[in-house]
Amino acid sequence: MSHLPILPILLPLLAGSLLLLATGMAESLRRSIGLAATLALLPIAVALLLRVADGTHLVYALGDWPPPFGIVLVVDRLAAFMLLLTAVVALASHVYAGGGEDMAGPQFQPLFQFQLMGINGAFLTGDLFNLFVFFEVLLIAFYALLLHGLGPRRVGAAIHVVVLNLIGSTLFLFAVGTLYGVTGTLNLADLARVLPTLGPDEAALARSGALLLLGVFALKAALLPLGFWLPRAYGAALAAPAALFAVLTKVGVYAILRVFALCFGPDAGPLAGVAQPWLLPAALATLAFGAIGALGARGLREAAGWLVVYSVGALLVAVGVFSEAGYAAAVYYTAHSTLAGAALFLVVDLVVRHRAAAGDRLDVAGAMPRAALLGTLFFLVAVAIAGLPPLSGFAGKIMVLNAVRATGSAAVAWSVLLASTLLVVVALSRAGSAIFWRTDGSDGGSAPRLPRRGVAAAGALLVAVVGLVAWGGAVTAFAHATGRQLAQPSAYTDAVLGPGAPDRAMHRSLR
Amino acid sequence: MEALLAIMIGVLTATGVYLTLRARTFAVLLGLTLLSYAVNLFLVASGRLVVASAPLTDQGLDTYPDPLPQALVLTAIVIGFGMTALLVVLALRALRETGDDHVDGERGTARRRGRK
Repeated sequence: MSHLPILPILLPLLAGSLLLLATGMAESLRRSIGLAATLALLPIAVALLLRVADGTHLVYALGDWPPPFGIVLVVDRLAAFMLLLTAVVALASHVYAGGGEDMAGPQFQPLFQFQLMGINGAFLTGDLFNLFVFFEVLLIAFYALLLHGLGPRRVGAAIHVVVLNLIGSTLFLFAVGTLYGVTGTLNLADLARVLPTLGPDEAALARSGALLLLGVFALKAALLPLGFWLPRAYGAALAAPAALFAVLTKVGVYAILRVFALCFGPDAGPLAGVAQPWLLPAALATLAFGAIGALGARGLREAAGWLVVYSVGALLVAVGVFSEAGYAAAVYYTAHSTLAGAALFLVVDLVVRHRAAAGDRLDVAGAMPRAALLGTLFFLVAVAIAGLPPLSGFAGKIMVLNAVRATGSAAVAWSVLLASTLLVVVALSRAGSAIFWRTDGSDGGSAPRLPRRGVAAAGALLVAVVGLVAWGGAVTAFAHATGRQLAQPSAYTDAVLGPGAPDRAMHRSLR
Repeated sequence: MEALLAIMIGVLTATGVYLTLRARTFAVLLGLTLLSYAVNLFLVASGRLVVASAPLTDQGLDTYPDPLPQALVLTAIVIGFGMTALLVVLALRALRETGDDHVDGERGTARRRGRK
């Protein structure tokens, strides 16, 4: 058995522990170790992606305990793709942080690694309880990175986030307990096999467990009405962590995609499509609300937070269709929205730091220093986020529009998707013109040098966004292949458990 | 025994929800702690309640408790403890930074001083 699948968890764990022990080490050395560990995730993710590109599932049984009794890690196309995406964004975020943000607090480097460990673990795990554990790992690192740099604004926002997510964790455990009580298993593949065989009484209990799970994942993904914490928290965080947090909302989306496509798909008998009536309307509301919030934001960072909500909404519209085309659109749009969202936070930070007087506020201020370069970056990222041609947001949105065409609520979904795009375009043009054009003629003050690392990190993310279009054919083909794989849960369960019918007697033996 | 445990979980959850909805951080903290107690008991119960039996298993016993929920509860307790500790520190920090223990952090002094 190859040990490749566990490396994305082990490497950040070891690097993070080492960095935690090496507190006395020179900060530049710690930064280099952190950078090397982050960089190493990239080839690992690529290797995993190449291994599973033909549709195989890599199953890694920890301690060689056979599933469903042991803990398994499962790599399929979706998981490997998310790992690669995380590695790219993490690298850009780490490079950006190297410009000085990592010095704003004592333990940035280890926290960054533990954050990566939690994210990678959540993508790899094959059972529900380990999903909970990795959620907690990534959350506790998330809280600390959110607080990085401190200050009353960050502390105030963090209290909300911590309390909300602690409630979320409690609900997660209730859901896990309910599902275990009914099915006697927490292995996702095993759940997918046992759930369709439940009687009506047990199915009702399992349904409430499933909907609780949906609520928990919706909280992580910032789905309305559970997403109000996000704009304030992301707006308060420093830019490099905020760019990494662009992946965090996608962990919630991934969990919805994984659990509900696998365990509550069309084969789940009485539980088939349990999330369907809830997810699509909520996603459309999130989309509209994110666009309105971006339009109403008074500051640039807050607007960026709302734009993350907006892009999660668009993404979950695709997921909420629960069809092969929907999954494919979701995969492509995830790549786009993660890369563009991370780039947005970095560019916004570069811009804000150069407006010495007005800072974050969208007011008339002195002329913007270095407006040509910053303006170009802002324009590119705005085009990508809003979903205008020719960048990847447009291609992604076409795929989403195409996927919802098959549903009954296509008219509503199309109107909301297109109207919210218009609102976002208005919001971004307003912000852009307020910052770059509506100046009061005064000199903007002495211009600080543009941090070279910062521009490089933001630029690299934008290049990746362009790459999603330039190699659009290959990426779309991969997205469709992933969608097909997600629409056939039996391949996943067969890979983990071996072919055959579920053994109910085994689960009953303990009762 | 099932009824007793169910009532206990219910009371703990209700109290926890009530306290979590309070405005000050200390009450919220207590509420979250009670909620985590409730969920831990709930997890134990999800493996079915077995009376007068070996703690794990023994030869010649027909009924023995399901070991998995016990492992889950142990993990959940550890995680819950860590999270609660973090929230305590954070609440104290917020009190120091904003001079206020409201969860919204905007009443009282923070607002009077003007938002930062």
